[in-house]
Amino acid sequence: MDSSKVIHAFYTDEEVLLDAVKAVKAEHHHIEEVFCPFPVHGLDKAMGLAPTKLAITAFMYGLIGLGFSIWMTNYMMIVDWPQDIGGKPSFSWIENMPAFVPIMFELTVFFAAHLMVITFYMRSRIWPFKDAENPDPRTTDDHFLMEIPVQNNEEELTSLLCKTGAVEINVVDKH
Amino acid sequence: MSHYEASIREPLVLGDKSYHDITEDIARPIEGKANKNWYIAFYISLAAMLWGFGCIFYTVGTGIGVWGLNKNIGWAWDITNFVWWVGIGHAGTLISAVLLLFRQKWRMAINRSAEAMTIFAVFQAGLFPIIHMGRPWNAYWVLPIPNQFGSLWVNFNSPLLWDVFAISTYLSVSLVFWWTGLLPDFAMIRDRAVKPFQKKIYSLLSFGWSGRAKDWQRFEEVSLVLAGLATPLVLSVHTIVSMDFATSINPGWHSTIFPPYFVAGAIFSGFAMVQTLMGIMRKVTNMEDYITRMHVEYMNIVIILTGGIVAVAYATEFFIAWYTGSPYENYTYLSVGAATGPYAWAFYSLLFFNILTPQILWFKKIRRSFIASFIISIFINIGMWFERFDIIAIVLSKGHLPSTWWRFEPTFVDVGIFIGTIGFFFVLFLLYARTFPVIAQAEVKTILKSSGEFYKKRSEQGIPTKPAIVVLNTADKKKDSDNNLNG
Repeated sequence: MDSSKVIHAFYTDEEVLLDAVKAVKAEHHHIEEVFCPFPVHGLDKAMGLAPTKLAITAFMYGLIGLGFSIWMTNYMMIVDWPQDIGGKPSFSWIENMPAFVPIMFELTVFFAAHLMVITFYMRSRIWPFKDAENPDPRTTDDHFLMEIPVQNNEEELTSLLCKTGAVEINVVDKH
Repeated sequence: MSHYEASIREPLVLGDKSYHDITEDIARPIEGKANKNWYIAFYISLAAMLWGFGCIFYTVGTGIGVWGLNKNIGWAWDITNFVWWVGIGHAGTLISAVLLLFRQKWRMAINRSAEAMTIFAVFQAGLFPIIHMGRPWNAYWVLPIPNQFGSLWVNFNSPLLWDVFAISTYLSVSLVFWWTGLLPDFAMIRDRAVKPFQKKIYSLLSFGWSGRAKDWQRFEEVSLVLAGLATPLVLSVHTIVSMDFATSINPGWHSTIFPPYFVAGAIFSGFAMVQTLMGIMRKVTNMEDYITRMHVEYMNIVIILTGGIVAVAYATEFFIAWYTGSPYENYTYLSVGAATGPYAWAFYSLLFFNILTPQILWFKKIRRSFIASFIISIFINIGMWFERFDIIAIVLSKGHLPSTWWRFEPTFVDVGIFIGTIGFFFVLFLLYARTFPVIAQAEVKTILKSSGEFYKKRSEQGIPTKPAIVVLNTADKKKDSDNNLNG
């Protein structure tokens, strides 16, 4: 047995899976990946995954959008071609700012939402024409799959996983 | 179990369902063949759409003069339809974003289709200002791009330009929100597909979604943040639409209550349209176990609430128009002048459809009836169209000078384009219902144990939701099998 093999343990219930993940972690085995058909609350904590920082990126992208809208309204309405519209001359940005609030708000949301989603797609490696990487098609239906690398401990892992309620256990070559 | 739910709450998913049953139910309309009713509805919608496109080509080829507009009434059916369609769109975002923030689990059965409705409705809305330009090939002039006309920039002081930014942000963010939610469901269809072409298409649509624990963690965070962003966004969109009117100096339009009143009206009409669509869809796609009486009742409660806000706004407008004593205020769309003038029929239609009709929803029997809800929702859709027509056409028909008083008569082109957008909307929705997972199945699976009828009954009897562990015989395991079916 070498480490190029992995164990795929299948579960059909998220509560059983969650307990199994905790049991495997308690035995100090490394869990490579868990594929789920739907989000399981507490799974990321049980696996020891760090919290995602996507919300923080969204905040920063929003600030960029706000900054961009301030620059754009100032450049176009005040600097490049100032006009006197309805007796309200465009001498200074701050005095004209109230009329720009809707634009500033919309661009903040636009940048925050789109750049955050693009970041999510890039980080999770999902985009058009990308091939799926879930090892078994049942994991988008009703099966949960725990992937554990084998390091000369196949028998030990198998018996542990059996005890946790796995419905199917396969040892496969890692691709 | 994701959360605890009191046993007195009605179940959100009916019947004895497993996770796999949910998959089967959601995939069935996509994998099966369309029935006769679908084809009849599709061809009627297609005919209406083509008729509308014909009217659009006629308008663009000949000019805006083919509409019933005149020199005093420069906005009429076109902007009425624009505001009506944008308003309808609002319910989708309200259901998927606001109800997500409020942790309303019942949204999960309807959010997918409501968001689809939003996107398709905003498409229709966007058509009208573009056609109304008369020279739609110059529509890109509304964008702040460097150009060859000297330093000619767009005017950021104008509410019409705010609209351009609000609606394009709204459309694009709604689309991204919707699509991100669709990825796991497209992946489910992809992994079941047996036909190679179907597998290819859904593989492309699902962006290679694999459902790793980390992906789900990010997915949930992104959904939450997008909901937080979409909530003020949806409120801003109709606020800005109302400013198209409220920042003008026409009596009847120059009104400070317009923004909240328009937003409430938008949600009111949007929920009515969701009710109409769900009434048809739950039957056509056999989703009766997911879109239940309780969902209908909850939507009706939102309709009563927003309809109440709209009714109070009407009363305020009517009272203030009278109380000012200003002769100019006596021909706003809610005034004694309007109630007795040539547009009295439109005035009373508004009151009947929008204020009187929704009141019967106070009766629980009516509120929980599918057929009554369906009929009332259509009435509200008509009423909300009249609201926008009254605001625009009645106000413009009597200006400050009696010499400018004129009436608006729609031509067949006005009517044709409106019917065309209804056809276009239903064409898109019917195609969606056949090719997209119409219910967010991954989300519904998360609430099955807490809100499914089967599990709720069991937990009343004290049976835990977690099944007993059956220890697998180690001899059964397949050794060294290559189970990597997705390559």
